[in-house]
Amino acid sequence: MADIRTRAPEVRTAEAVAENGSEAVLASPRVDRLPHQYDPVEPAALTVKDMDFFYGSKQALKNINMSFPEKKITALIGPSGCGKSTLLRCLNRMNDLIPGTHLDGSIEYKGINLYDSRVDPVEVRRRIGMVFQKPNPFPKSIYDNVTFGAKVNGFRGNTDELVEQSLKQAALWEEVKGDLKKSGLALSGGQQQRLCIARCIAVSPEIILMDEPCSALDPIATLKIEELMKELQKDFTIIIVTHNMQQAARVSDYTAFLLAGEEGYGQVIEYGPTEEIFTNPRDKRTEDYITGRFG
Amino acid sequence: MAALPGAAADIRELQATGSVARRQRISRLSRYLLLAMSLLGVLALVGLGIDTIINGWSRLSLDFFTNYPSRFPDQAGLRSSLIGSIWVLGLVIVVVVPVAIGTAIWIEEFAPQNFFLEIVKLNLSNLAGVPSIIYGVLGLAVFVRFLGFGSSILAGSLTLFLMILPMTVIASQEAIRQVPVSTRQGSLALGATKWETVWSHVLPGALPGMITGVILAIARAAGETAALIMIGAFTFIAFDNTSINDDFTTMPIQVYNWTVRPQEGFRQNAAAGIIVLMTVVLSFNFAAAILRERFRND
Repeated sequence: MADIRTRAPEVRTAEAVAENGSEAVLASPRVDRLPHQYDPVEPAALTVKDMDFFYGSKQALKNINMSFPEKKITALIGPSGCGKSTLLRCLNRMNDLIPGTHLDGSIEYKGINLYDSRVDPVEVRRRIGMVFQKPNPFPKSIYDNVTFGAKVNGFRGNTDELVEQSLKQAALWEEVKGDLKKSGLALSGGQQQRLCIARCIAVSPEIILMDEPCSALDPIATLKIEELMKELQKDFTIIIVTHNMQQAARVSDYTAFLLAGEEGYGQVIEYGPTEEIFTNPRDKRTEDYITGRFG
Repeated sequence: MAALPGAAADIRELQATGSVARRQRISRLSRYLLLAMSLLGVLALVGLGIDTIINGWSRLSLDFFTNYPSRFPDQAGLRSSLIGSIWVLGLVIVVVVPVAIGTAIWIEEFAPQNFFLEIVKLNLSNLAGVPSIIYGVLGLAVFVRFLGFGSSILAGSLTLFLMILPMTVIASQEAIRQVPVSTRQGSLALGATKWETVWSHVLPGALPGMITGVILAIARAAGETAALIMIGAFTFIAFDNTSINDDFTTMPIQVYNWTVRPQEGFRQNAAAGIIVLMTVVLSFNFAAAILRERFRND
């Protein structure tokens, strides 16, 4: 590991990335771009550009620049309060629900800025779904839980098939197929979370955001969800916030490490393929976090 | 005091003595004192109830319910006031449910969180404490006179509606707040609009609490006397109401009417009327309590 400290931080500048042939190179050089940035080779599902985020007058995120690659799992890690959940919620405009927030910069989805004034958040959330930290199934039957999102979004097809397909994809079908009328709240924590994933999938989003989906679950349920994620990745882009580094190392293809400085706002310190981040981090702060010296 | 390690201690070591005994006595005393104070209210109510039942029980009979009021106590009955109460309360329910629930939903879910909203909320809680006779005066001026409804069921219902609106809105607001934020977030994250979220998740979740609030408000309206006297319901009605434009009277007004008559027989009538009224009001409250328990989210 000794060579990390001797390797100059300049290696990972925009020029170096261009030399290495990344397809996601931008035409104009970014000013103020932090070192240790990385542009994945895969096409981007979402691209965050020069993003600053404020809760009222308090800045929570500064100068976020990253692309989330399609059909891959990207993990956001970092100590508590670094802004990773805030960043996640920006991606599907859930932060709009909090009064007084505002965002500078842009988040691009298929070339469209999600924060353009003409864009409707409801349309955004149809395409970018979210699973929350504490499972929150509706106090309705399992069947109605799965069909709700699809129905409000105009689904006209066979709901029985939709329910079966979604529950199968969420690895829950076998356990509940006997009684779909049972209340969603009567399931165990891990099953409830898979139900939430099933209802998210039923809307056919392209991207699924997961905000610490396993932190309220026991280790066995956690493992099941992690296996599920690897399956889901074939059809969906997944972005997951986790405070569990081992989980990020197990599950994700790319990892971004965020840290909040003394000024209080979070920034991306390092972003790259998971393997590299965890075996060969370039920033000392990343290395400290990963080895458990803080956080 | 030091015994051999492992040896059994004398029980007197752990019995209350001295200052501990004194402190415990005070604690026990306070417990009985508080019990006595609580019983005071209960006993007063029970005493009143027993007194009323003794006075009025014998008067309860079928003709008491089917007779109109009369100069003669033994021929007087609750018929017109019972029917009048049913009409008035029925119309109040029809008006208050949509308005109160709609207002509560607007305040809790849709209204921008600004200073104006705070004023609205402050006004609402103040209005809940305004004496009912003021609502009676308002009803007289606006519904009876200005809008020309006269001393009709319509005017009476609208007056009572205004009177119970603040408390019903507040109860509905509380019910809406019981629905967890996570449910709303889950719905919105699926691409539902705010209204779809309210209709499919918030309303069904808040409905039991809202119904409880409405039942309690109706129980309040059922016993209202002053406001309706103000709008002109203290009158001799010897017919069955068939339209909302009819003049009317209600049970509490009829009871009041009987209590101010000199004849002894009317006092019996009043007591019997009170038994009927209390039964109605208590059953409403009981129904509300059962509903609340049944849908309690534990």
